[in-house]
Amino acid sequence: MNMKQRYHPSQILLHAVIGLLIVLTFAFGKYVAGLPLSPAKFQLISYHKWGGMLVLLLVVLRIVLRLLKGAPPLPATMSPLARLAAHAAHLALYVLMLAVPLSGWLMSSAYGFPVVLFGVLPLPDLIAANPALAEQLGEVHELLNRLLLITVILHVLAALKHHFIDRDGLLQRMSLRR
Amino acid sequence: MKALLISAGLLLASPVFAQNVDLGKSQLVFTMKQMGVPVSGSFKKFAAKVSFDPAKAEQGSADISIDMNSISLPTADANAEARKKDWFNTAQFAQARFVSSSIKPLGGNRYQVSGKLTLKGITRELSAPFTATAQGKAVSIDGSLPISRLAFRIGEGSWSDTGTVADTVDLRFRLVVANP
Repeated sequence: MNMKQRYHPSQILLHAVIGLLIVLTFAFGKYVAGLPLSPAKFQLISYHKWGGMLVLLLVVLRIVLRLLKGAPPLPATMSPLARLAAHAAHLALYVLMLAVPLSGWLMSSAYGFPVVLFGVLPLPDLIAANPALAEQLGEVHELLNRLLLITVILHVLAALKHHFIDRDGLLQRMSLRR
Repeated sequence: MKALLISAGLLLASPVFAQNVDLGKSQLVFTMKQMGVPVSGSFKKFAAKVSFDPAKAEQGSADISIDMNSISLPTADANAEARKKDWFNTAQFAQARFVSSSIKPLGGNRYQVSGKLTLKGITRELSAPFTATAQGKAVSIDGSLPISRLAFRIGEGSWSDTGTVADTVDLRFRLVVANP
């Protein structure tokens, strides 16, 4: 396989880092949401927000790289329907990877809690404090997360199908191994 | 105690200076920091007896009672937590009170008020600079001061860790007082 059939190494690295961050941030968020108020909750919420903002930043970088470097072609054996599904799922992932952290940021602003990255870099409030809107944004954040979870599961299942059933070498597009 | 009596005496002895505080325009706002994140809240209900004439600042006095149950924070969780024993313990300490002992002119429209703040049953001397600005027929008294929350045992137990919630809380006050 030549290099044109792989993503650029920077894209491959970002895929791994963002994937890991999403899993960690998702798990933190899920855990924290059910905790009673405590100093530990304040800390974990901060970590969750930092993780989300980092994902947002890296996804923007990744979209820029995607536009600059493009993507390697899909295996010729894939049916038009499978190609359509792949493109739709990837588009959904990009949209959700932007929408989930943005909805969290909006929600934090609406609650009157600014986001301060790593405890030192204050980010601007996206909207003014509004408790009723904050509650609604909380539900939007949760809904978007469910959609992201479903899409990620489909993404992983599709990758496993390509690797173990189709055996078409698709995963090598996202691998640094030769 | 003497200062308290003097200021109370001043209030009684000089009804000429007794002024009305416009509670609708006045506010008590505070900002704390948790994990470096500034979080603001306020006390919605308070009563203030303020006697202040910029020309005779030394004769002025202030007696402010704050309804601790009127605390307002960004979330319902935080509002409930703030009333609990570790924080303001509003069941036992429903009121906080500030009674001035002296007001000194600092030049221009700036002044310094000193007095005693009683919060959660603990009384401490405080001093804060403020400005007095004419607003039509009223005077707006604006000031701020940093307060150590731990000095008043605000946030006990696990909350006393200042790595999560900082010790210093910035208090800002605005009292709009009608001119005599």
